[in-house]
Amino acid sequence: MTARDEVLGRIRAALGPDPPVPDVPRAYRQAGRAAGAVELFCERAAEYRARVVQASAGGLAETLAEVCRARGTARLVRARGVAWEVPGVEVVSDDPAAPATDLDGAAGALTGCALAIAETGTIVLDGGPACGRRALTLVPDHHVCVVRAEQVVARVPEAIAALGGAARDGRALTFVSGPSATSDIELERVEGVHGPRLLDIVVVR
Amino acid sequence: MSGFPEAAARALGDSQLRRNIGKATSTIRAKRAAVVGELDDWEALRDAGAAIKARALATLPEQLERLEAAVAAAGGVVHWARDAAEANAIVAGIARDHAFDEVIKVKSMATDEIGLNAALAAQGVRAVETDLAELIVQLSGDRPSHILVPAIHRNREEIRALFARTIGDGDSSEPAALAEAARRHLRAKFLSVPMAVSGANFAVAETGTVCVVESEGNGRFCVTLPEVLVTVMGIEKVLGEWRDLEVMLQLLPRSSTGERMNPYTSLWTGVHERDGPREFHLVLLDNGRSDVLADEVGRDALRCIRCSACLNVCPVYSRTGGHAYESVYPGPIGAILTPQLRGLDEAPTLPWASSLCGACYEVCPVKIDIPSILVHLRGRVVREQHARLSPEDLAMRAVARVFGSRRAYERSQRLARLGRGPLARLPIGPLAGWTAMRDLPEVPAQSFREWWRTRA
Repeated sequence: MTARDEVLGRIRAALGPDPPVPDVPRAYRQAGRAAGAVELFCERAAEYRARVVQASAGGLAETLAEVCRARGTARLVRARGVAWEVPGVEVVSDDPAAPATDLDGAAGALTGCALAIAETGTIVLDGGPACGRRALTLVPDHHVCVVRAEQVVARVPEAIAALGGAARDGRALTFVSGPSATSDIELERVEGVHGPRLLDIVVVR
Repeated sequence: MSGFPEAAARALGDSQLRRNIGKATSTIRAKRAAVVGELDDWEALRDAGAAIKARALATLPEQLERLEAAVAAAGGVVHWARDAAEANAIVAGIARDHAFDEVIKVKSMATDEIGLNAALAAQGVRAVETDLAELIVQLSGDRPSHILVPAIHRNREEIRALFARTIGDGDSSEPAALAEAARRHLRAKFLSVPMAVSGANFAVAETGTVCVVESEGNGRFCVTLPEVLVTVMGIEKVLGEWRDLEVMLQLLPRSSTGERMNPYTSLWTGVHERDGPREFHLVLLDNGRSDVLADEVGRDALRCIRCSACLNVCPVYSRTGGHAYESVYPGPIGAILTPQLRGLDEAPTLPWASSLCGACYEVCPVKIDIPSILVHLRGRVVREQHARLSPEDLAMRAVARVFGSRRAYERSQRLARLGRGPLARLPIGPLAGWTAMRDLPEVPAQSFREWWRTRA
């Protein structure tokens, strides 16, 4: 008998012939208030020590330049599906994809996002053209993420509903809430372990 | 195992450990309470979380088959393991097939449970833990003491000394400097080791998506950069629907680290073109779980999402720490999970490692009624020990027989009168200790029944 048959057989025997199957009560909130969601997102993301700045569509390039100047980032690798230029910064497209070892070092990453969640201060990357492959936003020490105001949803259930299509298409998703962090030593929070130590979020409205 | 009372006594003697655990548990407790208090629908989320897991368990064969089909359709390979040895052999076999002698690991309770690192070492494959706390535990040859913060029993000075000794990088005991040392040490591994092993927080049957929740980014590295990724997950981790994540991804971070959301959550489905590993293996692990499922009361323990909220509120855990539970699953959840996974005779004292105060049930995000399961398991331990005919049990059976019939009862009263004289002090046998300090009670010359008959 294969392990598969044996495990499934044991489970069926354990459950008995007709186990009761409970329904799932979904009385929790499915959506939050859309008004004020962008402000809430900015506030909550900043609480995780991500730096959050707001920009107008016309002023995006200049805002990105300021963000890079403040962090001392002179070179950005850009997700293959976005076309932003940053004055004073060398911007190269991640197409063709460089080996991960090339991303290690001084370069920052410039991407969009799939959506953002206000209540938790989270950005979600879906591996699409605007977000890029996962290594791009992982290996460099600095991640600059551009969020359009209309991409902000209020609560987690709205985000999961919106991401269902990407999941069914088999795309990889990454939820990012602030820079990488650890509290493993005496529960003292340290920002910046293995993932990018610097996270800048630029909200365009 | 030496049993909880003995192991707890050892742990309580270590005052440094008690201070570390006390500080850590009270800090996380306060953080959790603050972020849970923010949500006005928390109780509704708990109700949904409990039902989602209960429903997945009640339909487990179907969910596992759906998951298997979805992962395979996305280019992954699904393996089934009856027990720890089989799971370890599968992982070691994958490493051997590629001639890899090193793997990087994401913190995972399932792989701790099956002793994967030692099993790989026996096959010549070195497993490198990449979670900071797991790295500390691995470098010190220690055991984890907390589900979430495995090195909670070590303070910064102990960790500095450990790093200085093992990775030659221990100039400062500041947590930021220690984290930086770990980053330098592991970055080279992330960029070069071709195989990773992870656990799973959730896996969605509907889509075949596997989910790992973490903070440091070591998990993202492990599931993204290597050529080959192997995920070992207990069969109880499966969720039916994609939508179920909208509940679980709210319950877990708030219950676990006391954050609105943990820094990183990775979700992947099979293999992705030009993004991440070229090969993905999912190992579905039973290792005692189907036995737990057979107990209609105890099976609720399988809903656990390993948040560790019950540890932090437990008056027993917050004093003894995790090692006293002698298992990778400590605290209240460990007290009900370990005896069921390993068998009650392997851990018969754990169901008593609780004051039954109920704090664990109140904080559990999937509403596992831990106190009721503890009481149920205490009953099972007592019944199963009785089935094995201890002297006490034999005596009780004899007494039951005597009390069961009038003739036997009266005969025994007469015998007692005859026998009591020489037996007032029992020199040997199980009652010797009792009669050393006191006499057996005087047996009256005439029993009530004999007196009653003379009246007639």
